[in-house]
Amino acid sequence: MIRTEGLTKVFRVGFWGRKVTALSYLNLQVNEKEIFGFLGPNGAGKTTTLKLLMGLIYPTSGRAWLLGRELTNAAVKKEIGFLPEAPYFYDYLTAHEFLRFYGGLFEIEKNLLKGRIERLLEMVGLSDNRHLPLGKFSKGMLQRIGIAQALINDPRLVILDEPMSGLDPIGRREIRDIILKLRSDGKTVFFSSHILSDAEMICDRVGILNRGKLINVGRLDEILEARLKYIEVIAEGVGAEVVSKIDKGVMTAGDRIIMRLGNEQQVNEVIELTSKMNGKVISIIPQKESLEDYFIKEVGTN
Amino acid sequence: MKIVVIALNTFRETVREKVLYNLLFFALLMIGSSVLLSTLTIGEQSKIIMDIGLASINIFGILIAIFVGIGLVSKEIEKKTIYTIISKPIYRYQFLLGKYLGLLITLFVNTSIMVIGFFAVLLIMSYNITPDMIKAILLIYVEMMVVTAVALMFSTFTTSALSAIFTISIYVIGHLLGDLKAFAAKLGNPVMVFMMDALYYILPNLENFNIKGEVVHNIALDPSFIVMSVLYGLLYITMILLSSVIIFQRRDFK
Repeated sequence: MIRTEGLTKVFRVGFWGRKVTALSYLNLQVNEKEIFGFLGPNGAGKTTTLKLLMGLIYPTSGRAWLLGRELTNAAVKKEIGFLPEAPYFYDYLTAHEFLRFYGGLFEIEKNLLKGRIERLLEMVGLSDNRHLPLGKFSKGMLQRIGIAQALINDPRLVILDEPMSGLDPIGRREIRDIILKLRSDGKTVFFSSHILSDAEMICDRVGILNRGKLINVGRLDEILEARLKYIEVIAEGVGAEVVSKIDKGVMTAGDRIIMRLGNEQQVNEVIELTSKMNGKVISIIPQKESLEDYFIKEVGTN
Repeated sequence: MKIVVIALNTFRETVREKVLYNLLFFALLMIGSSVLLSTLTIGEQSKIIMDIGLASINIFGILIAIFVGIGLVSKEIEKKTIYTIISKPIYRYQFLLGKYLGLLITLFVNTSIMVIGFFAVLLIMSYNITPDMIKAILLIYVEMMVVTAVALMFSTFTTSALSAIFTISIYVIGHLLGDLKAFAAKLGNPVMVFMMDALYYILPNLENFNIKGEVVHNIALDPSFIVMSVLYGLLYITMILLSSVIIFQRRDFK
């Protein structure tokens, strides 16, 4: 659905035209019907990438294809929906006028458009505010009407720039639900975010970008698999003898002892000891690294 | 078709703009007050009314063209509304021409309102509306079209404030071009003559659209002058829009 080859953008900033590389040699592939999260800290080049894909800025070098066609063709955009970062819309338009205007840009047939606007307003929960000017919308409402405009053409590929930033937990959840619904409708979603927990919940695959370079890409469980942090064992009715066997991470909570063990051999030892002492193992939970831990480690060391 | 969608939205944008109504209000006030001013003169009352009326339509029309025109594109870039437009299946030139067309509609409606006010004053004072007045108003509208195109061009690569300054400068110089050329010829310095000639041909000669004096004083008009002026205006607009499209096409929206 999306493919880039050596996509590079160098900006010239300031009076002397100092060169700043915002994105360097990005090779990326997004497959059909997946949710792809494009992650990275602020200033990593996420928005630059999306703007390049949408033809808002031109690449310094490299090429990109959307839906198998090169970007220079405006017709490609017929099947794409785009939500920019922190969108500002026409304050003077009402929600309904706004969607009608964007529908007009796709030259959607009038009756078809009418039904679609109703459905989209319903889907993003703005049916009651259809005649309110966008200037009076809250941030969450703007984000939702922004998603509605991105879907006005019933696109196959939806590109969202930071769809969840600046929203409260309920708003973020609503956006997550919308994205999941898009996938179940058979659409491909490509979105950028720095809110990792959200990405972790919904993405099939992620790409991690830092300082203009793609540092990892793949399925989330693959990226995080090899990174078992510890195994948490909770046991009851065991004495200090067990505890002395373990060198780190012991906490007591009432009768219970919470142990953090490094590997399975240690776990077996603890279980054996516990049963010998007529204690009880309550739970054994392997703790994997979260995307956030990974992120801080990777991005922080760079 | 997409150009029309953009144009209608631009029209909607401009009619919801407050500055427009302020300017329109003062224009009608000026036209109305010409009745009062004309009573201060002995005889020649119709000339005063015509003079003030046409001048008001001209000045306020130009002010509307500049102050609404400069924001047309630069505001879309500053407020990032353009991101959602350009990401739709629309070419950049369509967006630009749509914006221009939309403002022309707004200007047409405004000018019509001012003209209605002007004619109402003439009728109330029982003076005639002459065909020459219509010609003068037509040329005023062509001048507005030229100035709007200039404002739009600046607006594609610089901020609203700078566009306003540049466009007003061009407007003022555009009315003094004839003088500049004559002045250079008097100096006789070949370098100066060359520079003034270059300016004369590059900048819009807005005096071509000014026949207010002739109309007010009932001096016969050469019909070919009006036709040539209109053609000159249209040619100039085409050139300006072409350069705007080229600039806008290459631009990164950061």
